[in-house]
Amino acid sequence: MITIIDYGLGNIRAFVNVYERLNIKIRIAHNPSDMKDATKIILPGVGAFDQAMSQLNRSGMREELEKQVLINKIPVIGICVGMQMLTNSSDEGNLPGLGWIDGRVRLFDASKIPYKTRLPHMGWNTIDPVSNCPLLDGFNNESRFYFLHSYYFECDDSDMVIANTTYGITYASAVSRDNIFGIQFHPEKSHINGIQLLHNFAKL
Amino acid sequence: MLYPRIIPCLLVHNRGLVKTVKFRDPKYVGDPINAVKIFNEKEVDELIVVDIDASSKNHEPDYKMIENLAVECRMPFCYGGGIKNVEQALHIFSLGVEKIAISSLAIENPLIVTEIARHVGNQSVVVVLDVRKKAPGGKYEIWTYNGTKNTGINPVEFAVEMEKRGAGEIVLNSIDHDGVMKGYDLNIIGKVRDAVNIPMTVLGGAGSIEDICKVITQHGIIGAAAGSLFVFKGKYRAVLISYPNKIEKEALIKNCFLRPEPSLTHKKLF
Repeated sequence: MITIIDYGLGNIRAFVNVYERLNIKIRIAHNPSDMKDATKIILPGVGAFDQAMSQLNRSGMREELEKQVLINKIPVIGICVGMQMLTNSSDEGNLPGLGWIDGRVRLFDASKIPYKTRLPHMGWNTIDPVSNCPLLDGFNNESRFYFLHSYYFECDDSDMVIANTTYGITYASAVSRDNIFGIQFHPEKSHINGIQLLHNFAKL
Repeated sequence: MLYPRIIPCLLVHNRGLVKTVKFRDPKYVGDPINAVKIFNEKEVDELIVVDIDASSKNHEPDYKMIENLAVECRMPFCYGGGIKNVEQALHIFSLGVEKIAISSLAIENPLIVTEIARHVGNQSVVVVLDVRKKAPGGKYEIWTYNGTKNTGINPVEFAVEMEKRGAGEIVLNSIDHDGVMKGYDLNIIGKVRDAVNIPMTVLGGAGSIEDICKVITQHGIIGAAAGSLFVFKGKYRAVLISYPNKIEKEALIKNCFLRPEPSLTHKKLF
């Protein structure tokens, strides 16, 4: 069953609603035993990097999550701060990330952003898919999603970038390595495109 | 490309949706949940819901209603009304609301903005400024409690302070233009836009798509919010929820971005 990790951050209910609408069963995991028979895992996240990492560490679910993702190769998707947690470290905090996809989370350089409103990057922006990753089936460079963030994922290996977005600079808005996926935008708040993406994830 | 946001703003009064004119005469326009369902289908960019009873009648926020709305929203959802302290703000956030709008609370206790932002992130703290002009040509002041109390505060200076305190967005609402549908108050919008660097949404006065186009042409990446425009149709103000479809919205935005800049002050934005 698709399992969403509830470690106290992220709009869990919004994901549950989307999957209920798609008639796909979803379970909310509050402890490691809830993750035992996961077929897919969603790692949501909002707020600050260190707070997200420390809440995940404190939740008692990190070890089981690592076992499911790294040993059992269960597909996992990190969303927003959940994506940022996939990498090694962040300019926003001091705690190490999960370290599953090499890179670093950086603060946008506001001087490069050509709008009066610089940060956060907030609103509907397009993604530009750069691989045939099935997660992004059906999307093209006009597909819009809702973004809300001031830090972005700088990926060491460009082969792991599956979509870019431009906001002053062009950065990785979606990444993947094997069974691990990350997206910076919020599919749970992106109408039909978001539902499509979450459906794609369920079908992987 | 980042798009400007076009945002319906709904008011809740006695558990129903209403629309006011100059903050008075609330007219019943329907059921909040039904409206959210329609706005889902229309794929609106964002939704603002303000409970106009909660602060003025000193009620607690109606958590059940907020949760029901948040569950239904498939777009970013901003709630305002009756928030008195950090605990209430955090509770509302936990119900699945993306943004929390505060007004009188921020004016009475500006430090609380920093406190809420520390918990939920700056991007989720929205400060609503309800402004009114004393007389034609007079100065603008912020009013609270549904436009019944004049604080005497200058909205431009206060917006700057709110940015410093950690607000993630300013919603600038014109009381004089509310429900009048003759266009936004571009004068005060320009002043506040020039003074702050955080995202801004304007509300009050939009009567046509052309009014939205004007504000986007002038300011580019901005939130253009409206109540009456999206709930009334025709000169008799029949209740009918509407919103530009994808093609109309695309055309509107292209049209705005291709227009010659009417104001030199904002020329650098694009």
